[in-house]
Amino acid sequence: MENDKLIIGGHEFNSRFILGSGKYSLDLIKAAVENAGAEIITLALRRATTGNVANILDYIPENVTLLPNTSGARNADEAVRIARLAREVGCGDFIKIEVIKDSKYLLPDNYETIKATEILAKEGFIVMPYMYPDLNVARSLRDAGAASIMPLGAPIGSNKGICTKEFIKILIDEIDLPIIVDAGIGKPSQACEAMEMGAAAVMANTAIATAGNIPQMAEAFKNAIEAGRLAYLAGMGRVIEKGASASSPLTGFLEN
Amino acid sequence: MEQRTNHMEYLPDMEQIDPTIKNQVIEARNNYNADEYTEADVKIALSHETKTPRDFGALLSPAALPFLEEIARQAKIETRKHFGNSVNMFTPLYISNYCENYCIYCGFNCHNKIHRAKLNAEEIEKEMQAIAKTGLQEILILTGESKKMSDVKYIGEACKIARKYFKVVGLEVYPMNSDEYKYIHECGADYVTVFQETYDSDKYETLHLAGHKRVFPYRLETQERALMGGMRGVGFAALLGLADFRKDAFATGMHAYLIQRKYPHAEIAFSCPRLRPIINNDKINPKDVHEPQLLQVICAYRLFMPFASITISTRECQRFRDNVVQIAATKISAGVDVGIGGHGDNDKKGDEQFEISDGRNVKQVYDALVENGLQPVMSDYIYV
Repeated sequence: MENDKLIIGGHEFNSRFILGSGKYSLDLIKAAVENAGAEIITLALRRATTGNVANILDYIPENVTLLPNTSGARNADEAVRIARLAREVGCGDFIKIEVIKDSKYLLPDNYETIKATEILAKEGFIVMPYMYPDLNVARSLRDAGAASIMPLGAPIGSNKGICTKEFIKILIDEIDLPIIVDAGIGKPSQACEAMEMGAAAVMANTAIATAGNIPQMAEAFKNAIEAGRLAYLAGMGRVIEKGASASSPLTGFLEN
Repeated sequence: MEQRTNHMEYLPDMEQIDPTIKNQVIEARNNYNADEYTEADVKIALSHETKTPRDFGALLSPAALPFLEEIARQAKIETRKHFGNSVNMFTPLYISNYCENYCIYCGFNCHNKIHRAKLNAEEIEKEMQAIAKTGLQEILILTGESKKMSDVKYIGEACKIARKYFKVVGLEVYPMNSDEYKYIHECGADYVTVFQETYDSDKYETLHLAGHKRVFPYRLETQERALMGGMRGVGFAALLGLADFRKDAFATGMHAYLIQRKYPHAEIAFSCPRLRPIINNDKINPKDVHEPQLLQVICAYRLFMPFASITISTRECQRFRDNVVQIAATKISAGVDVGIGGHGDNDKKGDEQFEISDGRNVKQVYDALVENGLQPVMSDYIYV
């Protein structure tokens, strides 16, 4: 495990748990990051106030990599402008693209996401697009310069788990970029499942933010993600899904 | 008294748009009968993960009142799923109380003898500076409804000043045409709220005796015109207690629902005002909308549209507000003054629109949220 690094845009990380920061109390962020062992934390730029009251940036430990997101953007153009603003205010080169023009389900607009990825990758950003898991789109994002792909497991905040499992598996099989399952993961067992499947990392926010004990839930996710990763690296054993294994082989009649 | 005009007829300067949504909302209200729902309907509604319009109707019905605790519990779960423990803070700024409407329940109405005033650009700036000092980053600009005394350009200038001090600028002013909204949006405003007051056109006619506001269909189409003009979000409200509040709440929800289906990117917000006493008329009081009914309405909005922002007014008392933000409301005002000029060094120039019940300042509301385990959020929006 020691040499098992998550590499995004040339940067190495030991943790495979990306923590969201948007839905819980600022004074719990530090404890959550520590208990999660997270090295990357997402941040909605629209929340990063420059005023003097409760600036979220003041609560994020310094050794953690900021992953600002473009939430609030409804098209590629707005996402690009938010990304540039994030860089200007000192949030670094990482950018998670979220382009959403559906206020009900918050599903990403894949087409606009590709356009924004292309522009921002050219400007030197480390682009991590949030997307609906579609193989063709994933390929286009890769070709546009994405540093990872972040397919959704289920709608944001739904805690429904990996509803898009079969499609995420396809991305993991076909795309040579870190596939990071983002959105919809409601409990540690689901995070573990994503990692067993071969996801490079898991991103979670609501599941932790709505827990009774936030730091403790952060730790539970950390352990689940590590367990899932370990299982993936160990090579998953055979799982019998249908019927039992026959004791007298069907092909036993064949002559040697 | 002079002859009252036809309240269903647009005035010449009023833009007319596709009436489909307006007609559907009116029809939905007419067909809604809160008394036809039974306990079984309420249980079915509660069992659905996504609430249908019929479920929404059931949740608003008298049959749902005995289930209020269960409804509130579900509402809380939905609120936390969509908003975590974030609660947005803002304050309204009244920049003018001149009004050409005669709405018999409103303190600003043109026949009410109150001190009228309007802030000039310098005074607006002073007020905004004082508000910004409290840490707030969202402001709601309000006027009485007088296009003569507070024209579109005046409101646009106020928005431009607001942009300097705030990240989020909302408007609660008279309804405009879509090209005017486009202009105001360019000046820096992004959110438009217009209270329909009541969706019962007959009742509406008896309450709004004169002025532009008298034209019922034009007001009902405001949110759609605002979105056509490029606004990002729109707010909906019925002033509960004017007419059958259950029918009005149902119409309000359906209005938002239909707008969101047609404009899926639109951010949807609800306000939940009840009638309050006004200057020179202290007999106005909410009749049948008591706190349990109000909570029922708020929770029904939440369950029907889990992603919508819900604002809790200073018309309600501290106890109610502090509790309802833990269940369903996601936006709370603080440091509220509903008169003209009361924030900065400006002397108070004009009288209030209504009496408020929660006079806490920004810090007090902030601290109360934190004490209840909630995270006050000053801005959740970036103007790009």
